[in-house]
Amino acid sequence: MADTKEMKKVLFGPILDSNPIALQILGICSALAITTKLETALVMSLALTSVVAFSNLFISLIRNQIPSSVRIIIQMTIIASLVIVVDQILKAYSYEISKQLSVFVGLIITNCIVMGRAEAYAMKSPPLMSFLDGIGNGLGYSFVLIVVGIIKELFGFGTILGFEILPLIQNGGWYQANGLLILPFSSFFLIGGLVWVIRTIRPEQVEPKE
Amino acid sequence: MSAKKESLGKTVGVVLAVCLVCSIIVSGAAVGLRDIQQTNAKKDKMSNILQAAGLLEQANGDILATYNEFVEQRFVDLSTGEFVEAPSDDYDMYKAAKEPDSSIKVENSNVGFQRRAEVASVYLVRDDAGDVSRVILPVHGSGLWDLMYGFLAVDSDGKTVRELIYYQQKETPGLGGEVQNPQWQAKWDGKKLYKDGDVALEVKKAAGEDNPYAVDALSGATLTSNGVNNTIQYWVGENGFGPFLKKQAWRS
Repeated sequence: MADTKEMKKVLFGPILDSNPIALQILGICSALAITTKLETALVMSLALTSVVAFSNLFISLIRNQIPSSVRIIIQMTIIASLVIVVDQILKAYSYEISKQLSVFVGLIITNCIVMGRAEAYAMKSPPLMSFLDGIGNGLGYSFVLIVVGIIKELFGFGTILGFEILPLIQNGGWYQANGLLILPFSSFFLIGGLVWVIRTIRPEQVEPKE
Repeated sequence: MSAKKESLGKTVGVVLAVCLVCSIIVSGAAVGLRDIQQTNAKKDKMSNILQAAGLLEQANGDILATYNEFVEQRFVDLSTGEFVEAPSDDYDMYKAAKEPDSSIKVENSNVGFQRRAEVASVYLVRDDAGDVSRVILPVHGSGLWDLMYGFLAVDSDGKTVRELIYYQQKETPGLGGEVQNPQWQAKWDGKKLYKDGDVALEVKKAAGEDNPYAVDALSGATLTSNGVNNTIQYWVGENGFGPFLKKQAWRS
């Protein structure tokens, strides 16, 4: 069994040290599209974290049985099933948000983070560690989504989770909402800025000049 | 990787086992959660009807109670314009439109569908005194990409539009998708459907705020605007709810 230090590294490492979005630049498309409001970003983070964690767990449980010739297909089958289950649960318990997330929950199947962790980690590691690794990478993804979601909602709508923080001019306040931030592509700037900040804190992440 | 792991039988066995377990989990989730999902879909429809009724803010989250208090679903025979009994307990006019027995062919219109149901559902909205204040008509017609479904709320005089709320459409976001923009929706309030007994309301360019017979088209979305135009023209016309709106059966 791995010791607690190893567990901690697996669980919290992906938040800053090996963030799946900021360092590995995976899973960008969903991060661009659904971060307009913090609420959708939170639900998406939760959905992705549970899918990565459980797909890692199940794949790791049967990793010694999976024939390597069809391993990708088996991983995809497990991931796809989990995503459908998550989508069904969302439709049942949080219909409004599932309408806003629309296709993006389904597209978790093609999110590179899930597949990447299954292939790179769960195929060679014991179940508990794989599960933690899944949660850790989910947290890394969530961290970026939540930061971007907060910035976009605060400056795009003047609200956080629907509560008014900066009163808009339309409602008699003083704040002129930044329309650019409501559009999906503004996440490019924000994620880019985040990558810059993280690499300033952790200079070892900067790639050597070619 | 042992050789045994790669044998054909083993591979097929593992694949089958994984597929079996996954399919059981997926179908279990789908069947187990279906009831809650259908309740949600119904509630979503109710909240759209309340929006068309102008009661959504008043409902303040309590969709079901507000719906039950103020909204009543009735059925209308479109050819006569009279109220009829519900054809069946869970009658759906969009399903009925697919059956030859319960639908008629659409002729002389480019509204975008082939058949419509003979009996349509309408929703009567009552005010606190119990009088009908709005009549909500389900309308649909083709947009640029697909059929668009919505509710047209008409004042109790049967001639004045109050709201046009689209709840299901696949138009281009930012262009045709603006049919759901509250600012555009607000333009419909107070528009007149008929002039000298004929359908007069249209969606057109540079309609002008004051023209009671025209609504400004969406810029950059000519085909969607034409679709909305055709939808309204068809559904309030002779072949749609025209006879019902003329007879004003909700008054008796």
